[in-house]
Amino acid sequence: MKGNVIKYERDNIDTDVIIPGQYLKVHDYAELATHAMEGLDPDFHSKVKEGDFILSGKNFGCGSSREHAPIALSHSGVKAVLALSFARIFYRNSVDGAFLLPIEIEEDAYNGISEGDEIDIDISKNEIKNLTKNQTYKMKPFSEIIGKIIDAGGLFNYKP
Amino acid sequence: MNIVEKILARASGKSQVAPDDVVFAKVDKVMVHDVSGPGVIKVFDKLKNKGVDVSKLWDPTKVWVAEDHFVPSAEKISAENIVKLSNFTKNYGIEKHFKYGMGQYGICHTLSHEEAMVMPGDVYVGGDSHTNTTGALGAFACGLGHTDIAYVLLNGQIWFKVPETDYFKLNGKLPDHVMAKDLILKIIGDIGTDGGNYRTMQFGGTGIDEMSVESRLTLCNMTTEAGAKNGIVEADQKVVDYLSSRGATNAKVFKGDDDAQYANVYEYEASEMEPLVAKPFSPENVAIVREAPSVELDKSYIGSCTGAKYEDLEAAAKILKGKTVKIRTEILPASISIYKRAMENGLLTIFLDAGVTVGPPTCGACCGAHMGVLAKNEICISTTNRNFPGRMGHVESETYLSSPMVAAASAVTGKITDPRDL
Repeated sequence: MKGNVIKYERDNIDTDVIIPGQYLKVHDYAELATHAMEGLDPDFHSKVKEGDFILSGKNFGCGSSREHAPIALSHSGVKAVLALSFARIFYRNSVDGAFLLPIEIEEDAYNGISEGDEIDIDISKNEIKNLTKNQTYKMKPFSEIIGKIIDAGGLFNYKP
Repeated sequence: MNIVEKILARASGKSQVAPDDVVFAKVDKVMVHDVSGPGVIKVFDKLKNKGVDVSKLWDPTKVWVAEDHFVPSAEKISAENIVKLSNFTKNYGIEKHFKYGMGQYGICHTLSHEEAMVMPGDVYVGGDSHTNTTGALGAFACGLGHTDIAYVLLNGQIWFKVPETDYFKLNGKLPDHVMAKDLILKIIGDIGTDGGNYRTMQFGGTGIDEMSVESRLTLCNMTTEAGAKNGIVEADQKVVDYLSSRGATNAKVFKGDDDAQYANVYEYEASEMEPLVAKPFSPENVAIVREAPSVELDKSYIGSCTGAKYEDLEAAAKILKGKTVKIRTEILPASISIYKRAMENGLLTIFLDAGVTVGPPTCGACCGAHMGVLAKNEICISTTNRNFPGRMGHVESETYLSSPMVAAASAVTGKITDPRDL
């Protein structure tokens, strides 16, 4: 899975900035996408491209349980969020709803990957290749249940 | 096993579970509101298009519905969401739908205890992150997204990784003017907004035994701000009495085993606690009120599932009695039942005499949606739970989180004020 990186070098990106509360009444996925990251980066919607990845620090997606958050990112074209850690509901919503891949990374990937770098994520090898800088990093493997739900294509396709 | 492990073992049909086990737990109660409800309806529509049978819920008697985030409707799309929700409950035979403008209604987490919707030992899931609140009744109460809630509505169960439990022990009774809100802010300040991530935060000790059920609800409510999967207090006789006073006669004391294990134990001395605030822009950005910045406030807000229970209003009334507010102040009781008691016991008169505007129950301004959002550069002190950028309005507004007593004292002076100094 190849794509370019949009990097937010900060921790605790919360769901109130990913999709502000005033849009919770909206359930049209395409419209939600137009407001993605509005609380932090008003230019996000104009710069994001299909297949992009977001890279960020600790506790990505903290705050409310709004599924609007992974929906807004996913329908903006974001295929994966790479972060040092994730808040639990964002992580769960991303996987169970099959919206995007939440990929936990280590400091080397966080520091090594820059805005605009092209990277290639290989889940079968738990590996991230930085094609721009010719570097390779490890991603933390998914737990067994998460891996199975991702493989199934979301919770509704998963047979326990 | 501790209380959470006992609940998840029972719900998954196992004799024993341990942290990191993955279980499919049977759900006892599920809640959706006017944000997560339409979200779930959208998931149902997608499933229907894929040929999945969504004609029946697993058990409509275990489902209840609240209208709280966007009532009263400020614009058409919110009004339409309420209509969608009403059609949904009608079509699926859900009888417990607390409707705005029709008697008892309010914030979902407040109804969970005011209406005794959840019992000790239950697995309770809700389409809202502050579902953690209800763990104060001795239930495993956990917030989920739309897809997961849709799955529960159709299947009656959901997967959980059994969490590790951290035990927060309060020794002694909190001093006057120090509230449960101050304790939970202190804890979040200590462990950080990811300090409870994926974990259970359990509260106990003599200080918790002494504490009212409503104060325990405040503690569990903000475990969400530490990222916790759930917050919980073992159900003692106080919880049983609280629930039976609200018509639930089948509640029973429910606790963990004597040899329960905890990953970490944190101890707090009640006598050392002081009124606190969380400064912008994070609930972990905690300061002692007497050392807080001397900012000119524009607004005081006493509302939400965190800070507008009856006890919270009573605490605010103690401070506001005979005083006049210096800044824009809004008090929104969290449910109609609380509103009514506040009226019967004279609290509303105290508020109105002080110059406060009393509004209807709603999540409105807490999540920056409507009913009193903040303008650019405005500064608010609030009994709510989050102060991220833009949370209560303009992205360049600021919110200080506090107890109802601090919010009321600050309303009187226009500055962040320790109620002991008023």
